[in-house]
Amino acid sequence: MSVLLEMNQVEKSFGATRALDGISLSVRAGTVHALVGENGAGKSTLMKVLSGAHVADAGSMRLEGEPYHPRNPLHARASGISMIYQELSLAPHLTITENIFLGVETGTRGWLKLKEMRRKAVAVMERAGLNGVSPETLIRDLSMAQCQQVEVARALASGCRVLVLDEPTSSLTKTDVDLLFERIREWRSAGIGIVYISHFLEEVEEIADDCTVICDGRVVKSAPMSAWTRERMIDAMVGRDVGELYPASNRSVGETVLTWTGPETSIELKRGEVLGIAGLIGSGRTEFLQSLFALRPVLDGDVTVKGVSGLDTPAESWSRGMGFLSEDRKREGLALTRTITENITLSKLPCWSKPSTRDALAKLWVDPLSIKCAHVSSRVESLSGGNQQKVALARLLHHDADVWLLDEPTRGVDVGAKSRIYQVLNQWTEGKPGRPPCAVIVVSSYLPELLGICDRIAVMNRGQLRSIRPRSDWTEHTLMKEAVE
Amino acid sequence: MNQKILTLLKGDLGRLLVLVGIFLFFAILVPEGRFARIGNVESILVQSSVVALAAIGATLVIVSAGIDLSVGSVIALTVVVIGKVLEDVESPGLLLPVFAVLMGVVVATVCGGVNGVMVTRLGMVPFVVTLSTMQIFRGAASGLARESNIYTSRTWINGMMDPVAGNADRSWMLMPPAVWLTLFCAVAVMLLLRYSRLGRHMVAVGSNEETARLCGVPVKRVKCWVYLLAGLFAGLAGMLQFSYLNMGAPTTAQGYELRVIAAVVIGGGSLRGGEGTIAGTLIGALIIGVLFVGCSQMRWENWLQTVVTGCIIAIAVLVDRLRHRQGERHH
Repeated sequence: MSVLLEMNQVEKSFGATRALDGISLSVRAGTVHALVGENGAGKSTLMKVLSGAHVADAGSMRLEGEPYHPRNPLHARASGISMIYQELSLAPHLTITENIFLGVETGTRGWLKLKEMRRKAVAVMERAGLNGVSPETLIRDLSMAQCQQVEVARALASGCRVLVLDEPTSSLTKTDVDLLFERIREWRSAGIGIVYISHFLEEVEEIADDCTVICDGRVVKSAPMSAWTRERMIDAMVGRDVGELYPASNRSVGETVLTWTGPETSIELKRGEVLGIAGLIGSGRTEFLQSLFALRPVLDGDVTVKGVSGLDTPAESWSRGMGFLSEDRKREGLALTRTITENITLSKLPCWSKPSTRDALAKLWVDPLSIKCAHVSSRVESLSGGNQQKVALARLLHHDADVWLLDEPTRGVDVGAKSRIYQVLNQWTEGKPGRPPCAVIVVSSYLPELLGICDRIAVMNRGQLRSIRPRSDWTEHTLMKEAVE
Repeated sequence: MNQKILTLLKGDLGRLLVLVGIFLFFAILVPEGRFARIGNVESILVQSSVVALAAIGATLVIVSAGIDLSVGSVIALTVVVIGKVLEDVESPGLLLPVFAVLMGVVVATVCGGVNGVMVTRLGMVPFVVTLSTMQIFRGAASGLARESNIYTSRTWINGMMDPVAGNADRSWMLMPPAVWLTLFCAVAVMLLLRYSRLGRHMVAVGSNEETARLCGVPVKRVKCWVYLLAGLFAGLAGMLQFSYLNMGAPTTAQGYELRVIAAVVIGGGSLRGGEGTIAGTLIGALIIGVLFVGCSQMRWENWLQTVVTGCIIAIAVLVDRLRHRQGERHH
């Protein structure tokens, strides 16, 4: 079959980070090409280059043999490449018809030809699998699966030749997934080239014709499905060494401080222990951590912190000695436009205090964490990512929290800062006179990190916490297998 | 079936019932049945038309997730411009007032254009832009009028708000021209919002700006149109205000921007964008009008009127919130 899209030696860097390191990919017409890799392997960057959201530093692309240089997503769509993102991009207050033709309406002198648009909409809605729904329905009255079909209808209406589906099943039920696959097969036989990004390997096995595994911005292997097995895919996804980044610790386990009793599993977290939670993005790891911290209601189960159960608000959690580090540093974790002092002392602030006293409190943590800053009254946004993360962690130290809930503590952080964060983790879980050892839960997408710093690791899979085992029982391979199955 | 009625009740039909309810409330309370007389109803309509006309423009602004605080000042500037043209003319005839109105409306539209350019080309937040132009336009109005009222002779402009009821010469009109003008504009904008590409783009921009941009909607141009039209309708409202005052008063229409926004919000508009209808806005403006006239005829003091209006706004927003929360649960 003819090659529809060809990407050749595409490179892209953000600052010092090399996100794409010479990736080549070719999609044949009328096939489904799966793109697989760990979180952060470079899949989404690659797709952003393809859709014109990013411009590649080097390399070339060809669409049906012609050179293809997308200037922006709109240009990409006009050239025949459409993306269906995980976060759907629809206008909730407009109807299905209006969303399908948004920006490319048919009309004369500014007045819309509604009947014609509706007729065309019904035609593409049928091809997208959206039957039995009026084209006049508002988007906000539709289910997630239906919204996705509207996006596909929009892509089909724009005459797309390459359709990129980014984790299309992450918010669908099993029945909807089957329906989606049926449709994908139809589009495939219509000659459309489909790029299918997914974490779920059994889906890849079911639907894909070719599969490319990428890892750390490079293609590990690209081959027809017949050349792959699930084991080989997992091996290709995690192929790298655990370095000396993770310092050894001589901590010892103390009394239980946090108990989670769920419908299927329960966890006892003890002092002097680091518990890791692995799992894919969207598996519910963050939501679980937030529920432990009373940021969202616990629907089914019970959280007990130091003998007290049923904490209602984050404020209560803080006052019981819990501390939470958000995965989204820029939006939730820190007040970027405020100073280091304000950010560190936010959770525990004397009723009345002089600015100099507050600065002194914050300064206590600058050295232990080696935060590189001109002064503690500098704005947090002026710091590097790694130093920002140290400030976020310093809040837990300032608060004297002894149950830490860390969500992606080293995301977007340089190696130096990572190593410092691991050292702090070790020191505080070992404890010292006057300071009992801390208990820590770490959520991370980076498996070597979990294997390097945790005592026990649990895996989250589609909202279910399962298989809590000591670190020595796990390998990257088994963790990944547990997470994707 | 029941579900359908319930949805309708929560929408514009419900608002209409609230309007009728408030009207009946005053009709019963105001002595001698003065409130429900045809002449009184007419004066409520006329008095609401200034806010209603400006609120038609503000609906577009709010639907597209913007805000316009300069409405009151634009109305005042229009009033002063019309007054300035007619100043010291003893018998203005027919054409000079036409020119005066034209000038006033053009100036108002330019004001809207200034807002639009500042929001789109300079990338400033609508709230801040219109907060500053609210001062600028008000100052310009004062300067142009040399900080005093400009007195003018009576012209046909004043006839726009004169009562029709009980006036044999004018009874063929059924309602005063001001009310007809408002209705005409309302229908025109309703059609624009529903059936034109520009109108649908306004809703799209308010509903999800990123998506609109991704789909090739010229977001900046759409926003410019929104503020331009808001200026135009504020200008028309200014003409009615002049008709009512019969002089160029630079201090008029203070705080109207809030009444106008209140009308849109009571009418179901959401400050987050994407929502708001012209029919709802008209009902909102009428609710505010009935409250003002009713309170003054009950001889309630000003402060009470203000408190009551505030409560109505809070209740309207609360009802909307409840409706949305139900929508979310449905998902």
